[in-house]
Amino acid sequence: MSVPRGEVFGFLGPNGAGKTTAVKLLLGLSRPTAGQGSVLGAPLGDVATRRRIGYLPELFRYQGWMTAREVLGLHCELARIPASDRAGEIRAALELVGLTGRADDRTETFSKGMQQRLGLGVALLGRPELVLLDEPTSALDPVGRQDVRGIIGSLRDRGTTVFLNSHLLTEVERVCDRVAIVDRGRVVAQLGMAELLRDFGVRVRLSPADAGRNAAVLAAATPFGPARLEGEWLQVDEIAEPAVPELVRALVAAGMAVHAVVPARQTLEERFMSLLGAANPNGRGEEASGSPAERTG
Amino acid sequence: MSGLASILIVARLTLREALRRRLLWVLVALTVLMAVLTAWAFGRINDVSPIRGPVEMAAVSQVLVMLAFMFSFVLAMTAVFAASPAVGPEIESGLLLAILARPIRRAEVLLGRWLGLAAILVAYAVVAGYLELAAVGLATGYWPADPWLAPPFLAAEALVLLTLALVMSTRAASVAGGAVAVVGYGLAWMAGILGGVGDILNNDLLRAASTLARLILPSDVPWRGAMFALEPPAGVLDAGGVTAQAFRISPFFAGSAPPAAWLGWSALWVIGALALGIVLLRRREV
Repeated sequence: MSVPRGEVFGFLGPNGAGKTTAVKLLLGLSRPTAGQGSVLGAPLGDVATRRRIGYLPELFRYQGWMTAREVLGLHCELARIPASDRAGEIRAALELVGLTGRADDRTETFSKGMQQRLGLGVALLGRPELVLLDEPTSALDPVGRQDVRGIIGSLRDRGTTVFLNSHLLTEVERVCDRVAIVDRGRVVAQLGMAELLRDFGVRVRLSPADAGRNAAVLAAATPFGPARLEGEWLQVDEIAEPAVPELVRALVAAGMAVHAVVPARQTLEERFMSLLGAANPNGRGEEASGSPAERTG
Repeated sequence: MSGLASILIVARLTLREALRRRLLWVLVALTVLMAVLTAWAFGRINDVSPIRGPVEMAAVSQVLVMLAFMFSFVLAMTAVFAASPAVGPEIESGLLLAILARPIRRAEVLLGRWLGLAAILVAYAVVAGYLELAAVGLATGYWPADPWLAPPFLAAEALVLLTLALVMSTRAASVAGGAVAVVGYGLAWMAGILGGVGDILNNDLLRAASTLARLILPSDVPWRGAMFALEPPAGVLDAGGVTAQAFRISPFFAGSAPPAAWLGWSALWVIGALALGIVLLRRREV
């Protein structure tokens, strides 16, 4: 698996898939038992490279006796940001994550969401080339999530590579350029977001009388893609978008009355489930009894 | 250079935390209170039986050594309670995670923690120790053989225990690591007394057991140095006859200063234990 520079890369997977472990391996916080990798051109665990990386841990906690400004100051020191740049860096980080008004309050008085905002500010200090965000919106309200999406967008604009761990598919769908789907420690799919969501489907509402003519409806629709009837709705999957008018024409030519045509794009969630399902034909329910040797990913 | 800078960042963080959490202020308040009480109590002793002859000097030195013992106990507990949660438990709680992801080695985090806590302990031991000695000297006129040496020896004992608790803290949970350090402190102290009994009885087995315990955890070595420094100057006991001589079998009596070899071993032990702590921390999954 490789993550191109300057992209927002989503790392998706169910709980326990190994997303956080992967991030810790990238940072050298954990050691690989096998295999190898490199980050920003340096081998895994290279201490000096960490100067160019920002990290928001999934389990974020900051010294409760320190103020937000002091936490940022500590991380400026640790990140070896020159002393003359620190005040500006801290101000910019506070502003970016919306904590300017609480900068001089002790972090033990912060809500979880505010602590996560602070963690994001800490991760962005010193304009890192790579930002690793492990479930960055887990504690945030909808406004906070929108803010984070905006921040990730501006990181992309300035050419920062973002590695986003998440199981919130809608988040990933909105901000990522590429995704990898990981399950039980293995990458089961890796593709561009456009490619991931490429399969287009369409739902067509027919009149009740026409919907009863199963064979005729399916005969007209099947040339365009796998088709099925759900009540008065005809679902046609994997149809290319330009072919939709032709489908409608074919249905009308077969004597059907078309009442509505609705695009039915496969959501990331459906795609995610189908990819996981393809990777685990025995089903995830047997996870507890399955031995690692039975992994099919 | 960059390694030292990282160590100093963590040491400064540790010191700031102690200040902010009022640990230092609690210690200062306790110290002042203890000095006042000490001056008053030793003044009473001096009023009832003035410290003039060798026997009185031997007796008051024993009270002083017991006071030092209590002080060493407070120091040891401070070291253990400050160090036990300082590394491993902070990794588990997530506090150290963001720090370890910075360009800093785990060794630097451990050494920075040690340096910060050691600075607090040494400062406390030295300031409080000299204050107590001054209180006793002014109240009774008794000045031990080497008053200047006693507080540094007490500080050294606390450093041994700090190191043990910090090394335990890289792997063990806070309570477990602290318990091991406290038990170790007690056992090492008892082993020192057993060694003294072995000397009196000329019993090689007891002496060997004591030596082994001191090799495993040398906290008793500086403690015996502190005791010896607080005893009356050489010759006082001999001049005091049988009664003064009787103090020689007290568990709070050291017949001689700790040999340089043992002091050297204590220093080596601290260095070796820190090296072990670094290895344990580096191998730890965070």
